[in-house]
Amino acid sequence: MKLDASIPDGPLAEKWDRHIFAGRIISPANRRKYRVIVVGTGLAGSAAAATLAELGYDVQVFTMHDTPRRAHSIAAQGGINAAKNYANDGDSIFRLFYDTIKGGDFRAREANVYRLAQISNRIIDHCVAQGVPFAREYGGGLANRSFGGAQVSRTFYARGQTGQQLLLGAYGALMRQARLGRVTIHPRQEMLDLVTEDNRARGIVCRDMRTGAITSHAGHVVVLATGGYGNVYYLSTNAMSSNVTAAWRAHRKGALFANPCFVQIHPTCIPVHDEQQCKLTLMSESLRNDGRVWVPKNAGDTRPPAQIPESERDYYLENKYPGFGNLVPRDVASRNAKQQCDQNKGVGEAGLAVYLDFADAVKRDGLPAILRKYGNLFQMYEKITAHDPAVQPMMIYPAVHYSMGGLWVDYNLMSTLPGLYVLGEANFSDHGANRLGASALMQGLADGYFILPNTIGRYLADCPLPLPDTTASLFTAETKKAESFITKLLAVKGKRTTGDIHRQLGRLLWDECGLLRNGAGLGRALAEIPAIREEFWKNVLVPGTGMQLNQSLERAGRLADYLEFAELMVRDALDREESCGCHLREENQTEDNEARRDDANFCHVSAWEYRGEATTPVRHREPLVFDNVTPSQRSYR
Amino acid sequence: MAKQKIDITLQIWRQENPQSQGSFQHYSLSGISTGLSFLEMLDVLNENLTLNGQEPVAFDHDCREGICGMCGAVVNGRPHGPEPGTTLCQLHMRHFKDGDHLVIEPFRARPFPIERDLVIDRGSLDQLIQAGGYVSVNTGGTPEANTIAIPRETAEQAMDAAACIGCGACVASCPNGSAMLFAGAKVSQLALLPQGHPEGRERALNMVKRMDELGFGNCGNERECEASCPKRISIRHIARLNREFIKAALFSE
Ligand SMILES: Cc1cc2nc3c(=O)[nH]c(=O)nc-3n(C[C@H](O)[C@H](O)[C@H](O)COP(=O)(O)OP(=O)(O)OC[C@H]3O[C@@H](n4cnc5c(N)ncnc54)[C@H](O)[C@@H]3O)c2cc1C
Ligand code: FES
Repeated sequence: MKLDASIPDGPLAEKWDRHIFAGRIISPANRRKYRVIVVGTGLAGSAAAATLAELGYDVQVFTMHDTPRRAHSIAAQGGINAAKNYANDGDSIFRLFYDTIKGGDFRAREANVYRLAQISNRIIDHCVAQGVPFAREYGGGLANRSFGGAQVSRTFYARGQTGQQLLLGAYGALMRQARLGRVTIHPRQEMLDLVTEDNRARGIVCRDMRTGAITSHAGHVVVLATGGYGNVYYLSTNAMSSNVTAAWRAHRKGALFANPCFVQIHPTCIPVHDEQQCKLTLMSESLRNDGRVWVPKNAGDTRPPAQIPESERDYYLENKYPGFGNLVPRDVASRNAKQQCDQNKGVGEAGLAVYLDFADAVKRDGLPAILRKYGNLFQMYEKITAHDPAVQPMMIYPAVHYSMGGLWVDYNLMSTLPGLYVLGEANFSDHGANRLGASALMQGLADGYFILPNTIGRYLADCPLPLPDTTASLFTAETKKAESFITKLLAVKGKRTTGDIHRQLGRLLWDECGLLRNGAGLGRALAEIPAIREEFWKNVLVPGTGMQLNQSLERAGRLADYLEFAELMVRDALDREESCGCHLREENQTEDNEARRDDANFCHVSAWEYRGEATTPVRHREPLVFDNVTPSQRSYR
Repeated sequence: MAKQKIDITLQIWRQENPQSQGSFQHYSLSGISTGLSFLEMLDVLNENLTLNGQEPVAFDHDCREGICGMCGAVVNGRPHGPEPGTTLCQLHMRHFKDGDHLVIEPFRARPFPIERDLVIDRGSLDQLIQAGGYVSVNTGGTPEANTIAIPRETAEQAMDAAACIGCGACVASCPNGSAMLFAGAKVSQLALLPQGHPEGRERALNMVKRMDELGFGNCGNERECEASCPKRISIRHIARLNREFIKAALFSE
């Protein structure tokens, strides 16, 4: 299979405009004849659904939440990037493009990332017009802060609740369209499968999470904006219901899955505090603007932080990377934290944490200024740990946070299944092997507000108008399959809960397919996952019935998909014999233990094709070509 | 703070579905770590119930960080439990002591029908927002973001209002089941910002009208909403909604 990314010709800066111009436009009078199914109402899904409805399409929105506003995007804290250069510090579209592609360790497409940087400014314009209360300077202009991996100040924020405010903006737009009758919202519907015909997306199968009723829905186009798969590790910063189900089911129906092993481990999370914990909490990376990371110089020093004098502290990021200091990209910060703890310099009860200290910032700027920036984060930290970061340093440790991998899409954001578009974290498109802070919100909104509405016409213009009949066998066969899958889950009646088995999978993945990876460990994981999967299907205990609100059943279904997906993720990691982005492949490192990328052999996207349960998936490659930047070995020293 | 293990007893509202009659059931849990969050405590209960062949307690939650607004139950008479300014997911067991008895029931209000156990339907809040809780701009032709300067203080006040997570605790705590704090927060956010001004009048009128239609009660100045709001949204925003409403009513043709 040849992967055609459909990247337009022409100079980088003109590609997107040319592409829009060369595209097809559906006439306004015809748009309402086209039905677009949007699954997911995070930033990407809500933005797409609202904008497509504004344009006049018939939009049907599905979300597994009780209301669109609950999507996991709501939890994003730190901010959103844009190349406005309000700080007059040398920023530009090209610099945002460069930082993003370099941050991604040269594993993303130039054309996509450049477009993202171009669109970034319009996102801010639009969100301000919606009434998003971004932080402001005294003069009334928008305020910016800096974020990891960048030396300019380009991050827009609304306290520590940027995702919430952006999502509520998109949600408002969606509610407006709902009131106008252009969008129909189907809450508490979990998509269980994609319906395809002749290799085209034709609709979806959903389960009503209140009644258990399984229904199918036809559309001319299906848009997946279903978020990331970080919860495959069990413990992550993702919302509890984040899942791979929608993407995985589409994969099984023919959509290629790209770079599944690219997972971001975030350096600033609250350390694990209890065996029975099921969720990790992120502390926004913006804290690294003012917080200083340190550990005791001497291994095994268990004195409380206040008793460790300056001279016996190791501000290891500032010392090792003087240019970026505490603002090194996430992978570098995470890896170094782990390495410090591995050297027995970790702090906290289990020695699995490092300090993030605000004492100097408070001395410099005063407590009120620091609280204005981080007040809600300090509060959140205190709620969980009962310690006040204004008084004693925070403790942080890396945690799984974001999935760069996702369904493969071309420049139009269409998957390898015609008619299936994938937006936001669910696709693989823009972040390469590592996502820079404040760029996911930008990408989700770019995809939804500006890209899909301008590319969807290319497909629709040639799409036959009659919608398939959902009472025909194409659809009824799929709903039957979904029903029997549920019956099968309920019938196991084993002895272990879903949580128990998921924890086992998560531990395995964290150990063997986490920050540091090696061939032997990955091989072990690859052998072990099928065994856990078998255990699941023999021994899982799902109480209740299918025809009721049954949260245990929901979780079990998601885990069943994670158990298949995990194998692909590990296979992809094993296949990628280079260190890149977030991951250090232990066989591939420099003398001073930094990541060594292998451009000669791995400058490509790995896109996997499903070949059935018992068959090894096939890897396809999309080579990455760099005409405008020269891939350099990343160095933040 | 050192972690401890405590034993507690629970009295939880169980209800099969919207049609059925619910009742309280009693459970006891021993050896609960005070380091756990309240919802993690319920997770432990549910693991136990499942392994004992019983159906676990259904409860809504997602972010577990106090921002999605999905969690919420009344604990010993208080929505989101005893800690002020805290969602149920952010409440930790260290605030309870050995031997405590916790009565846990769903948020109750006419516009919030119960789906199952502690899970409720808050779709009425979406419908309320649909009546005007937004600025009518389409994607595209918007002015450059810094065209209109907004005083920092104003932006901060708008953010205070915008912090609402839509959990519905205000409605559940109000003796009249009013959604004035929820609606007031949105109206106030958009009344403070110049972007919201063109539609200010309609917004206030339509949202208040819709609130009645949806079966929310009137505000009786009980201030319970403010006390139970996990984001500490101030009732000043209700006052602003009232001002906007009166302004709109006076000047409407
Ligand atoms: C704690 C935290 C902080 C973050 N902070 C930042 C930040 O400061 N800046 C930044 O740029 N990025 C940040 N990110 C990343 C960013 O928030 C996410 O990548 C982004 O919001 C994802 O948006 P999305 O629209 O793709 O998906 P989501 O917001 O995850 O939405 C997924 C949607 O799909 C629906 N869904 C999923 N599966 C199904 C199914 N099977 N059936 C039906 N519906 C389904 C859900 O209901 C939901 O509506 C943060 C992430 C986390 C976890
Ligand atoms: S679970 Fe999201 S606010 Fe409590």
